[in-house]
Amino acid sequence: MTKRSDDRYVDDAPFDPDAALQQLERADLDAPNWLLVWRKFRTHKLGLISGIFLLLCYLMLPFAGFIAPYGANERNDEHLYAPPQSVNWFHEGEFVGPFVYPTVIEADLETFQWKAVTDTSDPRPLQFFCEGAEYKLAGLIKSDTHLFCAPEGATLFLWGSDRLGRDVFSRILYGAQLSLTVGLIGISVSFFLGILFGSMAGYFGGKIDWVINRVIEILRSLPELPLWLALSAAVPSNWSPVAVFFIISIILGILDWPGLARSVRAKFLSLREEEYVRAAEMMGASSGRVIRKHLLPNFMSHLIASATLSIPAMILGETALSFLGLGLRAPAVSWGVMLNDAQNLASIEIYPWTAIPMLPIIVVVLAFNFLGDGLRDSLDPYQQ
Amino acid sequence: MVMLRYVVYRFFTMLLTLLVVSVLIFVIINLPPGDYLSNQIAELQASGQSAGVAKAEFLRTEYALDRPMWEQYLIWMGFWPGPHGFEGLIQGNYGWSFEFDRPVAEIVGDTLWLTVVVNLAAILFVYAVALPLGVLAAARSRTWIDYTSAFVGYLGLATPNFLLALILFYYGHQYFNLPIGGLMDPIYEGQPMSWDKLKSILIHLIVPTFVIGTSGASAMMQRLRANMLDELGKPYVETAIAKGMAPSRMLTKYPLRVAFNPFVADIGNLLPSMVSGSVLVSVVLGLQTIGPTLLTALKTQDQFLSAFILMFVALLTLIGTMISDILLVMLDPRIRYEGREA
Repeated sequence: MTKRSDDRYVDDAPFDPDAALQQLERADLDAPNWLLVWRKFRTHKLGLISGIFLLLCYLMLPFAGFIAPYGANERNDEHLYAPPQSVNWFHEGEFVGPFVYPTVIEADLETFQWKAVTDTSDPRPLQFFCEGAEYKLAGLIKSDTHLFCAPEGATLFLWGSDRLGRDVFSRILYGAQLSLTVGLIGISVSFFLGILFGSMAGYFGGKIDWVINRVIEILRSLPELPLWLALSAAVPSNWSPVAVFFIISIILGILDWPGLARSVRAKFLSLREEEYVRAAEMMGASSGRVIRKHLLPNFMSHLIASATLSIPAMILGETALSFLGLGLRAPAVSWGVMLNDAQNLASIEIYPWTAIPMLPIIVVVLAFNFLGDGLRDSLDPYQQ
Repeated sequence: MVMLRYVVYRFFTMLLTLLVVSVLIFVIINLPPGDYLSNQIAELQASGQSAGVAKAEFLRTEYALDRPMWEQYLIWMGFWPGPHGFEGLIQGNYGWSFEFDRPVAEIVGDTLWLTVVVNLAAILFVYAVALPLGVLAAARSRTWIDYTSAFVGYLGLATPNFLLALILFYYGHQYFNLPIGGLMDPIYEGQPMSWDKLKSILIHLIVPTFVIGTSGASAMMQRLRANMLDELGKPYVETAIAKGMAPSRMLTKYPLRVAFNPFVADIGNLLPSMVSGSVLVSVVLGLQTIGPTLLTALKTQDQFLSAFILMFVALLTLIGTMISDILLVMLDPRIRYEGREA
């Protein structure tokens, strides 16, 4: 780069008129589909940030026990309804590193509320890589090492503690394990059913199409929640939490497929008339093969985008069910189960931190919405 | 004439759908092992009270619970003679609630029309909010109005209904002195309709309406905005502007009318989610709709009660969908005979 006398900047490299502008475009045309999608998706800032955020969330899940300072159902009966504690760095103007002030919870005999008294003269530094409640890393490896935990003689309730003196922050991390996977399992079920029935209806047409279409219409015209309620009320109460969890996510998925099946069917109706489909049929491909190899890949990406957009409904559904006491039940920890505690006005007014689990719900649901929007916009790279 | 034929056709398909739905509901209700009475009998036998057992056994035969499943269904619907002849939903007998030991009709009574009122109010709210905001967001797209409404809309979609209900109730009470809980002042309960009672109900409706309607309103607003934006890019809009038409008149006269179709058709999608929301919100806020009763009935396996409520909820949405379909045909001359394919 040199500066000319007339204040212009000129590149030193020799200009080659033959290296046409086309070269750039050529690379674009030859680029694999995923690269084009990625390039377009990258420009969708909100979607990109949401995607990264969700990726981090899901990567965190196996290590929830390690990050959380307390166990999921570990009770501290000296500290019921403890308010959130702040982690400080400076004590009386002096750098101490991360520390907390010990807090004592006392019953206020006039208002009958729990009151926190903080002793600000006694800083206690946090411990790192310390031993605490036992948990299973990724559900397999037993361990009791935590990233950080409360110092001796003090507590560490970052987001307060609940009715039974359990740490809200730790429980949110544990709750994410169930709340976030419910959506994934549910969407897999709905994806499978939706594609199966949608492609059958669209490809074969005729009577099958008519029957499936009626089923779709009926299921779509019914309110979801009462049906969810009725189905989950049918889950025997003596099942283990894990079994309940799986059955709940499957229930969420079972009622969600009609929307997906409808769009699959509409696509199939138009695509099955294409020549390449007839060619494949002529060559003796079975209907299953034509559907899987020739038709589905055409709009798989669109399906993935719309699936992303329906995960939030499942997460909210699980929350609602657990909140009403018909979904997951204690000792299982999910965000809905936690909110069950914040069900009354008193806890919102006096102990507002018990409603904190609503924040991760809102953030995750928003993130899925933005990610889905971004995916939908970028999955067709040739469209302007 | 064509219109009338369509209405009749649509009515009969609704009835057929309802029939299928009734089977579905009956199956779902009977999914859990055992029924209310057999559970009770087991419990009574375990505690050694034989007097109660006899009564429960009597009720079992009285309500035909000892018969095969398909016969139970037909008796419940009123297609088959039960122990007392034809007595089912069709004949207007809604069954017996074991949990409350009263006829179902007596328990649901008032709550039925209150449910309808709550849902109607919510739908009106959705339209009142989504219509102006959606049009405004499209007309002023990519300005702060657009971004603010999009942000609020996304928040409305993402916040769980029941939490919004709790929070709004708390703040509504604190700052606007809105009443907490219920759908009317306790003094008006069981009273005949009067002006004061109506006023009390209206004040109590504010928060529930807002809560139930928010997510629907934001979804509808976004859709209306997208439709409007599609229309606004078309040449006829340009022509109208070039002719010097006033913007507000131009908007309402042409693009809005085209973008309006999906708006009406959407009731079919909107209504089920709205009814779902109202059930949930009613439980949280203690409204006297069928929501809380449904929850108790489901938890205690009170089968006739829960089956009737589920049927009622389904009927409500089916009627709503039917009305939206008929409205759509009336509104749009392009859609006739076939119903809609969206």
